Amino acid sequence: MMRRLRFYFALHAQNLFGALGRIARQPVGSLMTIVVIAIALAFPAGFRVLLNNAQNISGSWNDAIDFTVYLNMDIDTSIAEQLTRDIESREDVAQAVFISRSDALADFRAYSGFGEALDALDENPLPHALVVRPASGNAADIAALVGALESMPDTDFVQLDTAWVERLNGILALARRVVDIATILLGLAVVLVIGNTIRLEINTRREEIQVVKLVGGSDGFIRRPFLYIGFFYGLGGGVMAALTVALSLSLIASPTRALAELYGSGFNLSGLTVLQTLVLLGSGAILGWAGAGIATARHLRAIEPR
Amino acid sequence: MIRFESVYKRYPNGRDALASVSFRLEQGEMAFLTGPSGAGKSTLLKLVALIERPSRGTVLVGSLNTSRVPRRKIPEFRRRLGIVFQDHKLLNDRTVFDNVALPLVIGALRRREIGRRVRAALDQVGLLGFEKNFPESLSSGEQQRVGIARAVASRPELVIADEPTGNLDPELSREILGLFERFNEVGVTVLIATHDLGLIEGNNHRRLRLDGGKVVPEVAE
Repeated sequence: MMRRLRFYFALHAQNLFGALGRIARQPVGSLMTIVVIAIALAFPAGFRVLLNNAQNISGSWNDAIDFTVYLNMDIDTSIAEQLTRDIESREDVAQAVFISRSDALADFRAYSGFGEALDALDENPLPHALVVRPASGNAADIAALVGALESMPDTDFVQLDTAWVERLNGILALARRVVDIATILLGLAVVLVIGNTIRLEINTRREEIQVVKLVGGSDGFIRRPFLYIGFFYGLGGGVMAALTVALSLSLIASPTRALAELYGSGFNLSGLTVLQTLVLLGSGAILGWAGAGIATARHLRAIEPR
Repeated sequence: MIRFESVYKRYPNGRDALASVSFRLEQGEMAFLTGPSGAGKSTLLKLVALIERPSRGTVLVGSLNTSRVPRRKIPEFRRRLGIVFQDHKLLNDRTVFDNVALPLVIGALRRREIGRRVRAALDQVGLLGFEKNFPESLSSGEQQRVGIARAVASRPELVIADEPTGNLDPELSREILGLFERFNEVGVTVLIATHDLGLIEGNNHRRLRLDGGKVVPEVAE
């Protein structure tokens, strides 16, 4: 048992170095295969990283569950202030901030750039408003609160500030699905590329395979070196894909930061985590092994000594 | 060691290579398989090595009925057999040592044991010291001896050879024959297919003559 185990490991070590040697002996051809695999792996990995970053941004906005209650135009300031206190004392409200129509007008004049247009109006077109922060982040609770405040006689309408965040999340979910499909297709491409490379390798070593079969080499013995070659092509492609993603991110990192600063955000791009890198390398290696497995299963059997 | 019972072999292209061949080769025997080209010598050896299967009849090797050996058991079957080819069938990108070691590596022997057996086999064919050479740097006769060393390295009970002296001059052919005789002396059963009459003359080994796919009586020449 020990002997068989030791032999097993010795044989695998031998195959491992043999495969590396074969790859190194045709540096240009091997590199081209690895680059093709790297591109096929880098695309889904890169898009996934971008999606995760987008998710991080929109995630930080998910906390913004505040909504705005606009009151009817004919409400007096004192009544509006009383209403604000009433609402804030509700159990399902964490905070209610009163914004008077004059404050709103001042803000609008300062930030909108339409200050002069406002001067042309006879009176302030803006109503009193309340910014309400619900006590609970639960969507059903918020909906109930919105419903209650909407049905108050003094309310003109309620605007949920989070509606567009939901829309963005919807778009991101769609993008994620598209990337999932691309991942599957490109993974399939990796299997086919490696399978084809291994098929060519089998053809050039046809004579050697026949000799090994003649002196009693089993199918497994003959297969193993090819599986290792596929494994290393996949792993090499994975490593190169990880480097490509890291390089691309570093190239867009500084313009992204500049853009984020324009929006007053300290947002920084995050790259592949250690776990994601390992998954990328692992998938490359597994796809390579699988491609080689399919190629050897299809083509080795056909090579028989005569 | 080898037993053929009314063996027929027809190839898919319709050619009949063997027709009702029956013979026995006893354990420890050494025999020549002779006859003109196309008489079926190679086919007969291929049936022994399970490279081909008979269309009809029974081929027994050792005590094994070859028709009962499934495809996946063929490698195991071949490991108990030494095969020598006319064109050597060496791997040119590997050293003499690695070529001779191939069946032993396949047979899962330990590294130290492999080294010992390879050197012993190379010693027997007079090529000790050529371990690190590549086959293409050797003469045709030397390459054939490497092929023989590979065939006997795993110490098979039966060695079959297809025209092992096909490309060699008479003197080298005698040398090669001498090697087979020495293996036979230590109990290895040997079957050599050849049309090289010079090789067969001057010894008393049994001759099995094939003509037109049939075993025919040996005629005085």
